[in-house]
Amino acid sequence: MAEHTMIDAIRMALSRALDEDETVILFGQDIGIDGGVFRATNGLMQRFGSGRVRDTPLSETVIAGMCVGAAAHGLRPVAEIQFMGFLYSAIDQLANHAARLRNRTRGRLSCPMVLRAPFGGGIKAPEHHSESMEAMLAHIPGLRVVVPGSPTRAYGLLLAAIRDPDPVVFLEPKRLYRAGGEPVEDTGAALPIEQAEVLQEGDDVTLISWGAMLTEAREAVETLADEGISAELVDLSSLKPIDRATLRASVEKTGRCVIVHEAPLTAGLGAEIAADLAEHCLISLLAPVRRVTGYDTVMPYLRLEASYLPSTDRVLRAVRDVMEFA
Amino acid sequence: MPETAFLDARGEVLRDLPDFAREPETLRALYTAMVRARTFDAKAIALQRTGRLGTYASSLGQEAVSVGVAAAMAEEDVFLPSFREHGGQLWRGVTPEELFLYWGGDERGNDFAGPRQDFPVCVPVAAQFPHAAGVALAMQQTGEGVAVAIGGDGATSKGDFYEALNVVGAWDLPAVFVINNNQWAISMPRTEQTRARTLADKAVAAGLPGEQVDGNDVIAVREATARAIGRARGGEGGTLVECVSYRLGDHTTADDASRYRDDAEVSAHWKEEPLIRLRNHLVAEHGWGKAEEDALLRSCHDEIEAAAERYLATAPQPARAMFAHLYASLPEDVAAQAGEAGDG
Repeated sequence: MAEHTMIDAIRMALSRALDEDETVILFGQDIGIDGGVFRATNGLMQRFGSGRVRDTPLSETVIAGMCVGAAAHGLRPVAEIQFMGFLYSAIDQLANHAARLRNRTRGRLSCPMVLRAPFGGGIKAPEHHSESMEAMLAHIPGLRVVVPGSPTRAYGLLLAAIRDPDPVVFLEPKRLYRAGGEPVEDTGAALPIEQAEVLQEGDDVTLISWGAMLTEAREAVETLADEGISAELVDLSSLKPIDRATLRASVEKTGRCVIVHEAPLTAGLGAEIAADLAEHCLISLLAPVRRVTGYDTVMPYLRLEASYLPSTDRVLRAVRDVMEFA
Repeated sequence: MPETAFLDARGEVLRDLPDFAREPETLRALYTAMVRARTFDAKAIALQRTGRLGTYASSLGQEAVSVGVAAAMAEEDVFLPSFREHGGQLWRGVTPEELFLYWGGDERGNDFAGPRQDFPVCVPVAAQFPHAAGVALAMQQTGEGVAVAIGGDGATSKGDFYEALNVVGAWDLPAVFVINNNQWAISMPRTEQTRARTLADKAVAAGLPGEQVDGNDVIAVREATARAIGRARGGEGGTLVECVSYRLGDHTTADDASRYRDDAEVSAHWKEEPLIRLRNHLVAEHGWGKAEEDALLRSCHDEIEAAAERYLATAPQPARAMFAHLYASLPEDVAAQAGEAGDG
């Protein structure tokens, strides 16, 4: 079977959704004839027509705001924001409207929409194109925030997001878009949208990560295995809500935890996870929970990008620290 | 673009009336709706002043905008109001009790039994315009309905307004944007809000028709809105309608307009408010008398009082209700918190 990259898998899911549900509509900047800046929608306008795959004027506010109106009136909009750095002006629509329409109308109106946005660094993009500000979104009640970690998971989670009755921000780790392929079967099967995935089982320490940082986390797990340390690797996948049960069960088994994320340290999601583990798994913990994250700095320009992104070595140092602690 | 009107401030007919305005029952319905809105408004303020309602945005003096716009809509159209369009919501079938519930701080007020597809009021200024573009996009797919959004003069300074107006133009969406230009955005007068000659002029940038009407003349508002809706329904795209009115009250019950506005200006505008002119016209042309007026005031009073009583007798939702409509199905993550909130 052919290998598919994550961008292929996303396109397959979008195509499948357009095919199976006539209320699904795609819009965003340059997603039509251009196929999107990362080509996620390549060929879809030609196949489904410019009425269902529409190029919007250059306005993130309108893209997000139209999603709210269209979703409340019977469509299932799946919109693209070109880069997460341009998503901030859409946050008003997400936080004040999309995420609360169901609640404020007691279920009379709802907002089944997906806002896709590539996020994270590692592709030497210009400034404002490499941020990982997912924690801002995960703080918004009523929203779902999902990050796929592989082509297979991108396909299944994006279908789940599109079929979900509530608004979902689908953050795509652009470093993984073409980082490697795997066979993805276009079965139309969705993955459970709020479930973390244990990618590798282990006994000594739990590594929790998501998105592109799974690459470094996975490398660390392999190196640790060579050293005789059995690490469990969990792909968080759903940043909101958090699958606390899976995380707690893993840490109760291993007794140690290192959280790895690209986003800045302070008030990042690692803080929430560490606090949850401290509240619920204290008896099982053999060492303090450690976080390996981006720095609390402005995302540097591309020449320093590699110094900002957590390296496999930083992950390994943190794991060795907790292993030595107890 | 001149400010067009059919009735002057005293109710004198200025030009040939549109057909609907020759029908006495239609004019009475419009007048009734404005009196009803004003009665609701007075009761809402009284409830707020006595600690029985939350902060409330009065529509005093702007009843013709709200009612005229709603009266031009078809039932299947979608209304996306700002927070000052009670008259239009009432016309569309939202009940006074539901409005009291909303302004009294109960989400159930937005779950109105009437126009199920209408949006609840939009508090963040101008955000309803992108929503209207989205609703209109859905309508364009099915070929049914027109999205009608209202915002204030302040809203026209927001990017949301321009950006939504632009996409309505670019995509020929069936949407009508109405500006209730009540001359004041809290403390900022219209003259300081923008150097634009009229707010209707702002349609030019989007390639849309823009029209300014006398927002105190319910006939003019309804006529212009109906033409705009007709164009949208016929596939001719969107329109911007500016209704020039005046905010006779404070911005909200939390505001004190005497800090920034002269009483003399307010008094002058009382001479132009929308109810008197239509009443004078009804009296002069359609046999409206003291008996009809008294009966109308009494029935509005009774209806609004009864609605207020029912609102006041409605028990608050249990604390757990905060979680009831957060998602279609509550994630396990949040369910634990719902247990903590309990039924108190």
